[in-house]
Amino acid sequence: MNQSDFLNTILPFKDKVFRLAKRLLVSSEEAEDATQELFFKLWKNKEKIAEYKNVEAFAMTMTKNYCFDRLKSKQASNLTLVHSNYKEKDTSLDKKMEYRDSVNKVHKLIEELPEKQKLVIQLRDIEEYDFEEIGKMLDLKPTAVRVALSRARKTIREKLIKQHNYGVI
Amino acid sequence: MELSKIENLLDKYLEATTTLQEEAVLKNYFLSDNVAPHLEVYKSMFLCFAKSKLEILEKPIQFKKEKKNWKWLSVAASVVLLFSVYTGNNYVQEQKAKAQYIEVINTLKLLSTNLNKSNEAMESLYVYEDTLKKIFKTK
Repeated sequence: MNQSDFLNTILPFKDKVFRLAKRLLVSSEEAEDATQELFFKLWKNKEKIAEYKNVEAFAMTMTKNYCFDRLKSKQASNLTLVHSNYKEKDTSLDKKMEYRDSVNKVHKLIEELPEKQKLVIQLRDIEEYDFEEIGKMLDLKPTAVRVALSRARKTIREKLIKQHNYGVI
Repeated sequence: MELSKIENLLDKYLEATTTLQEEAVLKNYFLSDNVAPHLEVYKSMFLCFAKSKLEILEKPIQFKKEKKNWKWLSVAASVVLLFSVYTGNNYVQEQKAKAQYIEVINTLKLLSTNLNKSNEAMESLYVYEDTLKKIFKTK
């Protein structure tokens, strides 16, 4: 496997890896570093990649584990988890300015969720994987994925309603 | 899209029993401009999800050269250290043994000179005894 083969393999999901890393590590810079590190690891193990049936799922699992390690390590404890505002690259959605605040609120609510629910929301509602795939990535049964997802969705909804009603930030 | 159908789907959505296709229907509805006012809360959720998906990794992926592996250096250093400690320890032991040897030799020397001294003294005693015998024999 040469460099271009490798790039062709990872290109379809490199942004997903980045987004998952960012979901867990919060800061864009951290997520970029993590993604770089992960792809470098994959590149070093490129011989093994051919053996995996689902490189994407493997990469997502790796990302999850790597980010958890990062969060646990002392390195990360010095990190300030500053919430960088989510910039969007698309302009068609940009018009909906009035929703920007509420969108940021949702981001913050996702951030407050327990790790498992955060992952499930990211993988389902944003990346649109099916339950089977998510289960493989997170080493969970599809029913457990469902339960976590349902809890996460309900929590976000309830908190949004609360904020809406009482004007609490 | 009928409102009742959307509401129905939303209930399923909260229970996480919707399929990806059904969720796509919901997404389409909430990204459109005619969302029923009482469902505004969902609009921010689905908008957030849609926006999140637009984020991309901007940094190109690098195939950096292997970083200098300092781990090996530390292994080598510890081997050298271990070796020098080992040989140094040997040397110290040798020196100690030498010192002990010299001390033992000195003690033995001291002992032997003192023994010789007492032997000399004993000789004079023999002389004394001989003379004493001579005297008593002559008696």
